[in-house]
Amino acid sequence: MSQLETATHSETLKRVVIEPLTRVEGHGKVTLLLDEDNHVHQARLHIVEFRGFEKFIQGRPYWEIPVLVQRLCGICPVSHHLAAAKAVDMLAGARQLTPTADNLRRLLHLGQILQSHALHFFHLSSPDLLFGINDAVAHRNIIGVIADHPDLGLQGIRLRKYGQEVIRIISGKRVHGTASLPGGMNKPLSLQHRALLLADIDQIITWSKGAVDLIKKVYLTNTDFHQRFGLIQSNMLSLVTTDGAMDLYHGGLRAKSANGKTIFDHIDYCHYHQYIHEEVKPWSYMKFPFIVSQGNEVGWYRVGPLARINNCDYITTPLAEIERQEFRAHANGGLVQASLAYHWARMIEMLYAAERIREILLDPVSTGTDIVAQGEEKSLEGIGVIEAPRGTLIHHYLVNDSGTIEKANLIVSTTNNNQAMNESIRQVAVEYLDGQTLTEGLLNHIEVAVRAYDPCLSCATHALGKMPLSVELVNHKGKLVDCLIKSSTGEITK
Amino acid sequence: MQLEEQTITIDGQKIPFQSGQTIMDAALAAKIYIPHLCYHPEFKPHGSCRLCTVMVNGRYESACTMPSVAGQEILNNTKELNENRRALTQMLFVEGNHICPGCPKTGNCQLQAVAYYVGMLSSHYQHFYPYRDLDPSHPDYVVDFNRCILCELCVRASRDVDKKNIFAISGRGIKAHLIINSPSGKLEDTDFAVGDKAAFVCPVGAILRKRTRYTTPIGERLYDKQSIRIVGDSQQLHAGATKYGRK
Repeated sequence: MSQLETATHSETLKRVVIEPLTRVEGHGKVTLLLDEDNHVHQARLHIVEFRGFEKFIQGRPYWEIPVLVQRLCGICPVSHHLAAAKAVDMLAGARQLTPTADNLRRLLHLGQILQSHALHFFHLSSPDLLFGINDAVAHRNIIGVIADHPDLGLQGIRLRKYGQEVIRIISGKRVHGTASLPGGMNKPLSLQHRALLLADIDQIITWSKGAVDLIKKVYLTNTDFHQRFGLIQSNMLSLVTTDGAMDLYHGGLRAKSANGKTIFDHIDYCHYHQYIHEEVKPWSYMKFPFIVSQGNEVGWYRVGPLARINNCDYITTPLAEIERQEFRAHANGGLVQASLAYHWARMIEMLYAAERIREILLDPVSTGTDIVAQGEEKSLEGIGVIEAPRGTLIHHYLVNDSGTIEKANLIVSTTNNNQAMNESIRQVAVEYLDGQTLTEGLLNHIEVAVRAYDPCLSCATHALGKMPLSVELVNHKGKLVDCLIKSSTGEITK
Repeated sequence: MQLEEQTITIDGQKIPFQSGQTIMDAALAAKIYIPHLCYHPEFKPHGSCRLCTVMVNGRYESACTMPSVAGQEILNNTKELNENRRALTQMLFVEGNHICPGCPKTGNCQLQAVAYYVGMLSSHYQHFYPYRDLDPSHPDYVVDFNRCILCELCVRASRDVDKKNIFAISGRGIKAHLIINSPSGKLEDTDFAVGDKAAFVCPVGAILRKRTRYTTPIGERLYDKQSIRIVGDSQQLHAGATKYGRK
């Protein structure tokens, strides 16, 4: 068990709660247990939402799933839609898409990456980075950014708008549209829409490059602080292509250890469950995944922009590749482990997304009309893995002969980062809060550590029936009368 | 001698009718929309959904069952009647499990289109959230009882056109529900077939073709561009048909 995960005598400690966590997607809280001298004995990130998607899609027809499960999230629904669509392709026996459909799905996904990364950087995180963690609360927000840096604020809004526009054109709506069918897409890209997107893409690339320059400047201006803040040493997991390039839509699984050595590489994601297991802890609705060969104590890992930029051998687009090389030069031969480097990596990915969007729009294949592949060998098991904005996203479904879902397992990006986020807040708690009189600014340090991961807490709490539960009956004098405990296996004891 | 044309008046507009026509028949022939869900011109009127209730000479009557009689003064598109229709539609929504965002029929659904027409912005009433099963047993069709609104169009189509009598309503009052006439109660144990009339008449997403859903892009679905008042009923759609995808 990690240091500071569970205090030995919690009943004697005072409890500080940061709730709600602000400027993250979804609802969560952090609890700290401190002694009389404000020394930290326990720090935990809790996810207080409950969703239950894995359970209530059981019994539904599989062809409804990509549209149903995208409702997991309002920020990254496209990622869930496409991960489920890839799984449904397998169920329908149509894994090999037509080149046009493949391009359209990638375009849709890149629009999602662009809008989500722009939202997180400009709207949620830039106030901390531009104004400092201790800045006045009333000023430390997107309104403050627009007031002090109107051009920058507007760029953030327009970058996000462009990504949303890509999504609208491909899927019919900016949020929760319909696009993927088993084996393809439901609509080709018209020449008119292609021209509409091409008209602004150069500006979008320029602004994305500007965002990389900005975060790089901020990060390197106070390098020591940014490298140490929330620093943890972790394994990293992401998809890469067969030649090691970063790919956000498809690829094999690659995991590297904290020192940069390869743990596994080019693993067919259909075998993910042989390499990744999930641990359940009694105090959280969110599961804790780990790499099997490393064990649950040290096998936890990070996903998302930091992992992807660290793990890949190169990026296929020229501007983003230059930035990747500069980023990786700060790793001294290993991996960049600074938690705040997530922001830098995220902006490199946004630049990549903008460049790839242009490439796909200029590809004549993208406006083809052959967009549905016919299924051949149908399967009763479908697995779809994609690199969502926040990291590796796994959808796994088992269906019966009638085509309805028997079982679903979703390992969501934020879930993959669960242990890492907890480790980061513990590091920050010890570094900045231990023994201090707590102030809002100090508590914001904790939130800044969580925010670096861009967690989507709504996405991450979808399981049902696997969580350990303890019910205590306490009388009016506060004395424990009875206690019922359900273990993670479902066994109930008194 | 030429017979004088017989007319009724709907919301002040005189329209002709032929002998034997109901108010609904005459209204539709004159392109006047009266909201309805259980009415279908090919089947004997049922009068159960009550959405087509109009005021005929001061009395409430269902337009789909009330014969046209010369000189009738009919009120249809009034605030009071539309408010009643909205309440009825809200009740239909809360009695079943109509989750439009995930339903394959969304955009092509008559219940959803009527809800938009009558200005329904919320369910208003407390949801029943009934536990209803799904019957995916048939190789080509799935029956989702969650979405059934008891219009009996499938019952009538299977009985009167297909001559198979596959569907029926069991139970009374709030316990009324759609059943399948087979020893197992499953669709796979009937001779239900792809070309059956009953396969095409469901106004909601209760009887749907398997695997071929969401094929029509948003923006091109039946009710995306125009109101049901203009477009008419959803039965004109053939399940799975699409401009781009497979059928």
